[in-house]
Amino acid sequence: MAADSPKGVLTTPVFKNNPIALQILGVCSALAVTNSVQTSLVMGLAVISVTAFSNLFVSLIRNHMPSSIRIIVQMTIIASLVIVVDQVLRAYAYETSKQLSVFVGLIITNCIVMGRAEAYAMQNGPVMSFLDGIGNGLGYTFVLLVVGAVRELFGSGSLLGFTLLTPVKDGGWYVTNGLMLLPPSAFFVIGLMIWVIRSINPEQVEEADFKITSNTKAQEAA
Amino acid sequence: MANNNSIKKTLIVAFSLCVVCSVVVSAAAVALRPVQQTNQELDRKTNILQVAELYKPGQSVAEQFSHITPKVVDLNTGEYSDRFDPDTFDQFGAAEDPELSESLKGNDPAGLGRRENFATIYLVGDPTDPEQIIVPVRGQGLWSMMYGYLALKGDGNTIVGLSFYQQGETPGLGGEVDNPRWKALWDGKEVYSDNGMEPVIRLVKGGVDSQTPNAENKVDALSGATLTSRGVTQLLQFWLGEQGFAKYLSRFRDPSQGA
Repeated sequence: MAADSPKGVLTTPVFKNNPIALQILGVCSALAVTNSVQTSLVMGLAVISVTAFSNLFVSLIRNHMPSSIRIIVQMTIIASLVIVVDQVLRAYAYETSKQLSVFVGLIITNCIVMGRAEAYAMQNGPVMSFLDGIGNGLGYTFVLLVVGAVRELFGSGSLLGFTLLTPVKDGGWYVTNGLMLLPPSAFFVIGLMIWVIRSINPEQVEEADFKITSNTKAQEAA
Repeated sequence: MANNNSIKKTLIVAFSLCVVCSVVVSAAAVALRPVQQTNQELDRKTNILQVAELYKPGQSVAEQFSHITPKVVDLNTGEYSDRFDPDTFDQFGAAEDPELSESLKGNDPAGLGRRENFATIYLVGDPTDPEQIIVPVRGQGLWSMMYGYLALKGDGNTIVGLSFYQQGETPGLGGEVDNPRWKALWDGKEVYSDNGMEPVIRLVKGGVDSQTPNAENKVDALSGATLTSRGVTQLLQFWLGEQGFAKYLSRFRDPSQGA
């Protein structure tokens, strides 16, 4: 990873090395919470704070961490941070936290958080780790916001709760796409997004694991 | 750092990490609890005000709520009960307490399992001659238990509004129980038949207009959500029937009985 300037650490994960689009991490929660822009935004902020602070704390104690209990120590830090974030959301963003329900708690299992703690914070200083956490959180939030915007616009005809396309059921003309409100549609949107990103940056296209060969010829079999 | 992997160091790190983390987590939980409880309380009161169509955004909820009196009702007798403090009575907790609830096995249209013997209701205006009576209702939809409030006029029969504050029905189909346009259909509908206490309110397919027989007891069902609509009908019939609030509401039906 050639991203050692503070700016590079912050911006690379958003476009060039996006945790969802390139590394395909953290997709599960991206499916569940993206049916409106607002929930995506709050979820993104929650993940940014958890990744940033877990990176910070892991990096602070990285020189004292016994390798035998390394993963458990990281998990404990992440889990505590997630509980704190969940409590803060319940206190100050009650409505949204009701919509996010269990998915805030499930940030613990989000591979991005653990992945960054293990891959970056264990080897780098606290400040850079903190920025790396913010950067990766931003990458996640960016994808969530795009998916949330597409789903809310086509599923409910609005963005951030402001109606843009008046749905038929409210007396307008727009027939809402019910599929967009269901989790599978996030798969399609994320898939299309990855396609677009990899068309712009062809170097992100992975090499095929195997080649499909032409049909075996009779004499080779014999 | 060579001794990072010694047993002593491992134990020290694990122990101090646990202590620090538990202090942080419990500090957050304790410090934020008052704010969270205020939020929950505010949310519940806002829901009650909304179903009664009294909610004015931007004004203090506590002030708007001052015209509303909570009361605990004994569902078996239909009388008010002062066994519990209406501000703190936990109705859903009571539904799981064998002492305070009864099993509905065999006669459970709303899918509740157990029904509590006491319920908190809210009276708008003068408690002896209320403008509105707000009762809690709940029942199984297609995927989830739907929790809501039903607001009735002081005659105990005419609906002001029905609103669910917690449900997990399919977004766009059954989830449309939250649609304001659909909720507006409930205004002015009547729960009971002309003379009895038999709940006849129901959702019907195909729309309701003034030509429909008994249109005052029928509400257009949600399109594409047959099972959610059936759930709404059944939970209303349950909670307004003999096992629900019928005994209590009968006092408002016939003013000569007094309150």
